[in-house]
Amino acid sequence: MQPLAPAHPVGISGMSFDWSFALGILPALLRAALITVVVTILSFGLALVGGLVLVLLRRAHPIASRIVGGVVEFIRNTPLLVQILFLYLVLPEHGIVLTSFQTGVLAMGIHYSVYLSEVYRAAIDAVPRGQWEAARALNFTTFSTYAYVVLPQAVPVVVPSAGNILVYMFKDSPLLAAISLVELVFTAQNIAAETFNYLEPMTLVGLIFLAMGLASAQLVRMVERHVGSRWMKR
Amino acid sequence: MSAVLDARAILLDGALITIQLFLAAACLTIAMSIAAGVLRQSPIRWIRWAVVVYVETFRGTSVVVQMFWIYFALPSLGLKLDAFPTAIVALGLCFGAYGSEVVRGAIAAVPKEQYEAAIALNMRPLERLRSVILPQAFIVALPPYTNILVLLLKSTSAASLITIPELTFRATALNQITYQTTWIFGTILVVYFLLASVISRAMRLLESRCSHWRRPIQSASPA
Repeated sequence: MQPLAPAHPVGISGMSFDWSFALGILPALLRAALITVVVTILSFGLALVGGLVLVLLRRAHPIASRIVGGVVEFIRNTPLLVQILFLYLVLPEHGIVLTSFQTGVLAMGIHYSVYLSEVYRAAIDAVPRGQWEAARALNFTTFSTYAYVVLPQAVPVVVPSAGNILVYMFKDSPLLAAISLVELVFTAQNIAAETFNYLEPMTLVGLIFLAMGLASAQLVRMVERHVGSRWMKR
Repeated sequence: MSAVLDARAILLDGALITIQLFLAAACLTIAMSIAAGVLRQSPIRWIRWAVVVYVETFRGTSVVVQMFWIYFALPSLGLKLDAFPTAIVALGLCFGAYGSEVVRGAIAAVPKEQYEAAIALNMRPLERLRSVILPQAFIVALPPYTNILVLLLKSTSAASLITIPELTFRATALNQITYQTTWIFGTILVVYFLLASVISRAMRLLESRCSHWRRPIQSASPA
């Protein structure tokens, strides 16, 4: 890492945006942005699977449905930051020691699998009743009914909402700075603490997030169009 | 024993600060979302553009980044806010941007005939908005707005990152002294859950109160 020289004494000319300083710290911030992206995508993957498990549990048995419903309500109505801290601080007390990266993926994955389970639920409910009945008439097993009849029809409905959730997850990833995960905001804070210059790192972080947010929204729209058109062709 | 009682008092105090922060930020959120939602339909083009820039900027970045920017970066541009006002402004502007989309959708859901009737009755634009459009949009906006207020409550925990001594901050501090991690964080999770339930209940109550006059119409149409 190159030395980060303080641009100016703060009191005198901290008033303006220092472009050369901003350019100097940009590589470090972009490297950190990569970690933000990796954490978000891994936890999104976990949430995609976790949400499916939750919704299948909910449909499996009335008692399981009640319990899972209660857990879902609780996780939805409590702050992600507190859940992150809870996992980070409480799990080691019970002998499970995870890195802040693993804790971050786990916490974000669990939190958002709850949101995704609601998305799946709506999508599965939207599959016409006749499809279930047809699958039963054809003597499909429960597994085959889900795998070949219900879920393929639910996917096009899921994609737009799941995409929105991915964008939300991006925006929540700075909370992981609280458990010292070296992502974008944490790195910016470190740079700022070393150089006493907050304006440039924080502004760049905002702009990088804005760019990533716009890019991922665009990506979601593309996937949506792709899935939609493939579905229409069948 | 006294240590436990102390911890309770500390957390209770933190919960009060969380509630204050929530109420103050909710006021700003509501004001911003109505203002931005209404001005989005302004006939003047540059006002519409300004609203779009505001909404997209605050929806495009996270509330943590906004809070940090206002708290740490804005002073070098000459504007220094304390932690508490910073949190209120960041939360209010961010969720105001989300809320403005709800308001915009609710205004769009008011039937076109209502506008036409108001124009036919020779109402001035402001009067039209105040006594015809907004009262009807209000009821449509309530259910999605409940979600926004719960999100706002959950995001007040991020204010702990700029050292506001609210619930999450107290829990972290208390944890460093007592190491009763499971108890402390379990407790505050329950507190947040209860606060969110109160918000949902209150909003549902408001909804049923406000849609009272609507019931005959709803029952007349096939469900």
